[in-house]
Amino acid sequence: MLNGLKEAPNCVTIRPIGPVEEYILEYLSEFIAERCNIKCLIDSEIEIPEFVYNKTRDQYNSKLIIKHLIENHPVDTNKFIGVTNIDLFIPILKYVFGIAQIEGNYSIISTHRLYPEFYDKPSNPGLFIERTKKTALHEIGHTFGLTHCRDLECVMHSSARIKDTDIKSSFFCPTCSDLFKWYSHEKYKQAGQIN
Amino acid sequence: MTGKTRILVVDDEAAIRESLKDWLMEDGYEVGLAVNGLEAVSIVEEQNWDIILLDLKMPEMDGIEAMEKIKAVSPDSEIIMMTAFATIDTAVKAIKMGAFDYLVKPFDPDEIELQIKKIVSHNELIMENILLRQQLEEKSQYDEIIGKSDAMQEVFDLISRVAPTDSTILVSGESGTGKELVAQAIHGNSKRCYLPFIAVNCGALPETLLESELFGYEKGAFTGAEHTKKGRFEMADNGTLFLDEIGDISLKTQVDLLRVLQNKEFRRVGGHDLIDMDARIITATNRDLQKAIKDKRFREDLYYRLNVISIHLPPLRDRKEDIQLLAKAFVKKFCIEINIERKKIAPSAIKLLETYDWPGNVRELENVIERALVIGRSNEITIDDLPFSQNAPAAALPKALKQMEKVHIENILKENNWNISRTARDLSIDRQTLYNKIEKYGINKEGASK
Repeated sequence: MLNGLKEAPNCVTIRPIGPVEEYILEYLSEFIAERCNIKCLIDSEIEIPEFVYNKTRDQYNSKLIIKHLIENHPVDTNKFIGVTNIDLFIPILKYVFGIAQIEGNYSIISTHRLYPEFYDKPSNPGLFIERTKKTALHEIGHTFGLTHCRDLECVMHSSARIKDTDIKSSFFCPTCSDLFKWYSHEKYKQAGQIN
Repeated sequence: MTGKTRILVVDDEAAIRESLKDWLMEDGYEVGLAVNGLEAVSIVEEQNWDIILLDLKMPEMDGIEAMEKIKAVSPDSEIIMMTAFATIDTAVKAIKMGAFDYLVKPFDPDEIELQIKKIVSHNELIMENILLRQQLEEKSQYDEIIGKSDAMQEVFDLISRVAPTDSTILVSGESGTGKELVAQAIHGNSKRCYLPFIAVNCGALPETLLESELFGYEKGAFTGAEHTKKGRFEMADNGTLFLDEIGDISLKTQVDLLRVLQNKEFRRVGGHDLIDMDARIITATNRDLQKAIKDKRFREDLYYRLNVISIHLPPLRDRKEDIQLLAKAFVKKFCIEINIERKKIAPSAIKLLETYDWPGNVRELENVIERALVIGRSNEITIDDLPFSQNAPAAALPKALKQMEKVHIENILKENNWNISRTARDLSIDRQTLYNKIEKYGINKEGASK
């Protein structure tokens, strides 16, 4: 639980991009609300736009999805996280688990590469949901202005491979926790919502 | 590396540039973009970049040509080539020509992370090496501040008390008393000791040169400013900036300096962006700044900013008990440096060293010892090896001009057996003037003054 912030005046909107199982969204809502001391709303599904699909790579361009969300799905809340099960990429990288606007509002995560089955491992729902929670909190952290952390166990540590996600915890390290508080506090202060 | 690592992404495809920028920014890097090789070269000419991610195939100027031009301007920037499968041969050629490595597009997320971390830690090692060498040098220089006198013990005590703080310090003392050594000792014993110690001799530079030396300049700020250059304030970031001969700076530079000290930020000459200043400031002077303030040659407000803590180094003539100790330390130092067997100093030479007035202070003593070791033929330094030995009595000459005149007239009168005419002729004055001076100084035949 974050100290120093009373109830945050804004909240996070969680929306599925394409079909996503309901329980995943509920887990995320509860988790983000608890970790960030911020309200979470689950909103309706957004259809995957066709133009974000890259036939050559058989993947979906996450940058274009974010652009599409900004242009077509404005939100009243101060943060938005899209959850999808399609395989995401950015043009220069082979894949991404998620992307976010640094100090922006929008982020998106993909569950596609979070299933143990993707790596030819037996199904493990507990592990899968842990990975999903860490990935979501990581991207939310970016939208608040946090960058990657050197601490291997901090949720803001970079996840280039799935093992990085498994090594890190689902918590901010003390420094990132302080920074998170500072960034969120500053943002609301600037908006005149707190003193 | 201090501060953020700066990465320039050069690619003609906007999607690649933008996605790389976002990805690298998540890692906390400062990222710049260039759409082709030509633009990259021009950006590198203006700003420093630690890493350049350079696409191999671009219109107008390809990656290889751009790399050659970038390396010519900024040899310390590390270049990672980005290439498609078809051009791996060229990428290998690029490595042979000086690129750090190459990556095949699209990258695995951990490939790029690994390459950049390799460069960052490589640069950190280089920086650490420089700092360790500097530290080692500083340590030996601190050892050179020698003194058992009460005055020097007070200085040592003050250094140890002020070093851990961030207070601004003004070191005063005559030329050659070791003001820079004190500044280095303070830096070497502070929390900033692993970061740069940058010294500037303000008295040695004309005003305009000092301004660009201190604050740096942007490309095109003035004739001859062909590249953007960091100033000493930027170089000393997180470390210590030592400004020697601060009493010699112009009033304009005093204003600039005051502004930096007050606002903790500055602009490069010809620049618009404010740059944060986080350097501990130590200044030194051999001038009487209080007098300079009265004469309106030095700003009082700047004086109080600089003189938060003051350390005064006594002249060597006021701490003669340290001369033997210092002389022996210099003998030890120079015997090692010039690779000769360790020499001793004859007691008569020590005595002569202790009677001399040392207008050039410790630096003069250091030079005298070095000279004596080089020219001396025996296994110890004797009075014959000291440059002032032949004129030793001169050391006893009075300093005041009138007193000197009196002694000189007495000597010439004695030489001429008190013949007034000959003495007046030798002194190139008339007889009446000589009588007047004899009267004025109370000189008599017995040599006793009134």
